[in-house]
Amino acid sequence: MKVYADQAATTKISSRSLQAMTSCCEKYFGNPSSLHEAGREAEAALETARGEIASCLNARPGEIYFTSGGSEADNWAITQAAAVGAKKGKKHLISTAFEHHAVLHTLDALKKQGFEVTLLPVHEDGLVRLPELEAAIREDTALVTVMYVNNEVGTIQPIAGIGEICRRKGVLFHTDAVQAAGHLPIDVEADKIDMLSLAGHKFHGPRGVGALYVRKGIPLGNLIYGGGQERGKRAGTENLPGIVGMAEALKESLQDREEKNARILCMREKLADAILQIPKTRLNGSREKRLAGNLNFCFDGIEGESLLLYLDLQGICASSGSACTSGSLDPSHVLLALGLPAEVAHGSLRLSLDETNTMEEADYIIQVLPDVVKRLRAMSPIWNGVG
Amino acid sequence: MAMTYSEKVRDHFANPRNVGTIEDANGVGEVGNAVCGDIMKMYLKINDDGIIEDVKFNTFGCGAAIATSSMATEMIKGKSIEEAAQLTNKAVVEALDGLPPVKIHCSVLAEEAVQAALEDYRKRQAAKTEGQAEQEENS
Repeated sequence: MKVYADQAATTKISSRSLQAMTSCCEKYFGNPSSLHEAGREAEAALETARGEIASCLNARPGEIYFTSGGSEADNWAITQAAAVGAKKGKKHLISTAFEHHAVLHTLDALKKQGFEVTLLPVHEDGLVRLPELEAAIREDTALVTVMYVNNEVGTIQPIAGIGEICRRKGVLFHTDAVQAAGHLPIDVEADKIDMLSLAGHKFHGPRGVGALYVRKGIPLGNLIYGGGQERGKRAGTENLPGIVGMAEALKESLQDREEKNARILCMREKLADAILQIPKTRLNGSREKRLAGNLNFCFDGIEGESLLLYLDLQGICASSGSACTSGSLDPSHVLLALGLPAEVAHGSLRLSLDETNTMEEADYIIQVLPDVVKRLRAMSPIWNGVG
Repeated sequence: MAMTYSEKVRDHFANPRNVGTIEDANGVGEVGNAVCGDIMKMYLKINDDGIIEDVKFNTFGCGAAIATSSMATEMIKGKSIEEAAQLTNKAVVEALDGLPPVKIHCSVLAEEAVQAALEDYRKRQAAKTEGQAEQEENS
């Protein structure tokens, strides 16, 4: 049996999204900037997609900028918010210790330019505390950037609360919603979000395309100089098939979302209950306040990469925060931010499911995983327990 | 970054040779640490002729760590102490048809584990000889 349980890494494009893309390539081949009919049709398709993305977020079409993906949207939002702040002499930025590297490395670059960065703790449950956020905000705070859902442990941050505090304090609020878009209902108005990043390939759309929402009235500097695309802020002929495919995927993903999440939750809870039966196993992050399809475990005495390889041999695709899978010597910064010791963080396993997974697949994981853990522990010099 | 392992590496981590411990081992070496994510423990059973009769390992680590441990045990089994002492990480890497650059340290660890086990054997032998000499003096 083949099981793809790595939906948080990327998803397979849906047939509806693929169909929208191919038909866009055939029908709307014109350049949206051209005056003739083919151009006008392409522009109409572009603006339809913009409107669809906007309405999925309860935003206005003019507040959506298309990008090459989530990382670009994060980079753009944070550097621009920093620039807006710097003009007013505000050079303090607030984020969390377990953001995606697209955020953390952008903040590192800004630090080198003289900005000061406060990273909020996320505690053992992987959640930001609102009083701690409020206390961290200073007179010179330019931006708060907190991810909507963490990519490794799936914990859902108190976004509405953060938005409320930021609005009250007059601080810009950006959220990296790459793991949330398509999986949770997002309302930038209700949640008082000023900027939001999303990526098409996390909800069965194409990769290489994403979007940045920027609330009207927030000055946004240029990302790419050139033509007048994206209201002159991001030049370059638009990736129209990608944009159209992403809009289709987002609409499809949000359809019957509650029902889908309920079904995913059934699989997830069955998996969690079964896997937590394995001795010396822990679930990382809050079990309640997390994305329906996310599970992240640590198994004492084994290392994550070998675990992934053994699962792969049995047809299961998953991921890990071990150093060996990150290409560095340190294990996942997310798990370290949750307070896990390095030796434990090395043995992590992330299973991420969504509506395309089935209960049979969950059962197969339950059947395979305990034996794999047992086998690896049997050859581990630091494992003297049972199981 | 996805890492590509050779067929031999895949074979050795999927079906590692000589996994386990030796109850009456006369040379045991452990290298690495859990914080870094790799620990190898090597057990040797060396006979009176100085030949490695049996070798087993236990490893906590990635696929490459398991594969290099497995290959290193295969390469020293049945060999003399002197031959085993010549084992280099390079030879282990070559025998596995190569390793991704970030995984070379696993082969270094495998070499070090073998050397640590041999060193332990030498120490035990020296202690034994000393003990025997003392006994002879006393008798």
